[in-house]
Amino acid sequence: MAYFTTVAANCRPFARLEPHRVVLIVIGLVLITAAAVFMRWDWLADYYMLAIAGLWRSIWILIVTCVFGFVLALPLGLAQVVGPSWLSLPAKAFCTVIRGTPLLLQIWLLYYGLGSLFPQYPWIRESDIWPLVRQAWPYAVLALTLSFAGYVGEVMRGAFAGVPSGQLEAGRAFGMNRWKLFRRVWLPQAIHKALPTLAGETVMQLKSTPLVATITVVDLYAVSARVRQDTLVIYEPLLLLALTYMVLTGLLVWIFSRIEARIPVRVG
Amino acid sequence: MTDSVFLSLAQTSMFELLAPTPPGWGGNLVRGFINSIGIGVGAFALGLVIGIGGAFGKLYGGPVRRDLLQVYTTLIRAVPELVLILLIYFAVPDLINRLLETLGYGRIDVSGPMAGIVALGFVQGAYATEVLRGAILAVPQGQIEAGRAFGMNPRMLMRRITLPAMLPFAIPGLANLWLVAFKGTALLAVVGFNELTLETRQAAGTTKAYFTFFMAAGVLYLLLTLISNVLIGRVEHWARRGRQPIAESR
Repeated sequence: MAYFTTVAANCRPFARLEPHRVVLIVIGLVLITAAAVFMRWDWLADYYMLAIAGLWRSIWILIVTCVFGFVLALPLGLAQVVGPSWLSLPAKAFCTVIRGTPLLLQIWLLYYGLGSLFPQYPWIRESDIWPLVRQAWPYAVLALTLSFAGYVGEVMRGAFAGVPSGQLEAGRAFGMNRWKLFRRVWLPQAIHKALPTLAGETVMQLKSTPLVATITVVDLYAVSARVRQDTLVIYEPLLLLALTYMVLTGLLVWIFSRIEARIPVRVG
Repeated sequence: MTDSVFLSLAQTSMFELLAPTPPGWGGNLVRGFINSIGIGVGAFALGLVIGIGGAFGKLYGGPVRRDLLQVYTTLIRAVPELVLILLIYFAVPDLINRLLETLGYGRIDVSGPMAGIVALGFVQGAYATEVLRGAILAVPQGQIEAGRAFGMNPRMLMRRITLPAMLPFAIPGLANLWLVAFKGTALLAVVGFNELTLETRQAAGTTKAYFTFFMAAGVLYLLLTLISNVLIGRVEHWARRGRQPIAESR
């Protein structure tokens, strides 16, 4: 009578190895072994150096865009909470536009749009930034940074607004100036509140990075696409790619859970 | 030299480029937009069906079904949509054709939109499962027990109690999923399906008016998002009728 199981039955510890779970794990291992034995992996020897370089580029793009995007998201969130209307309205509009249009479109707008505009100005072609704007990765980093800032700006708006005003008043009563109050009271508590959401947004950002391959940045996904084109092996590179992203996602979730565990929580 | 840029931009004005009939490209954009909406609606509906089945399976199913669903939602949510779409886009027609060949039938062509709907819907299903599972758990369980005490069979219980009662808890998450589904249709541009983003790139590539066309497409996407938000607000208001407003119950 499985129909009458209660919710508590769902919450059994995952570690307990029940018989059906052992069977499922065995089936999973058999499937993985079969994939390793019967599918074609001979291309791996030729492409693994390229794949590692692509993996590194994906991770690098993820870290850079998340850090810059977060730094940009703080003023966006703050402006929407306490800013005057001439600051909060543009911030809100920015977040709405970013969240209301597909990332792929934003990337293509910047790459094809800006990219086609720059070469038409001779002074740009003679300046020092020309080698930079000729490549694709600055546009990828810019687009992903703005996208992350838009999504996280909205998260931080809620987080800043959610810090109890008594905390800020207490800080003010201690004679903290605005900057110190922000740095010591408001920001840490907001980040603490937003941490689970931030973890989710970072995983989303990781899953967005393959889009940069559409503008010729050679990330991990681009390497797998190249293997597909060169060797006409379709499934194996994609499956390996999916596995790699799963591992990366697991790593990110683990890192964030470690950060969360470091913050002391008082259980009432 | 700088004014040659503006000259080239001004030669064909924005309105001429966006005119609905050729040589304008407005018609192509609108066609792509309609394709996008169709795929988005289809994928969302498929995801909802999978999600309802998945949520009920996860809560009331046997141990094996629960574990398999857990594997499904975890794996799907850990892999980029683009990779999943490619996998499903290649794998589903391939599998269907192999199955047909072993059964002795001829090959069939799986249409692009259909494969797109299946790919996006399969991804949506994983997220919808989690949203609906949370929503069902948020329903006061006494209501479901009361229904059971009245002798309702599972189907009637689901139709009359669980689904209506969980709706207000599910709508914010589902609304988010709808927007994700609609924006996710842009990913089908990568596999060559003529939705709004790909139509836009073709138009922009031909006319070299990149900013005009990408901005126009952005406006279309944004418009649908904003209209959706208004409609979803109304639906949520309707689903919450007779309940406390959120702000006061907090």
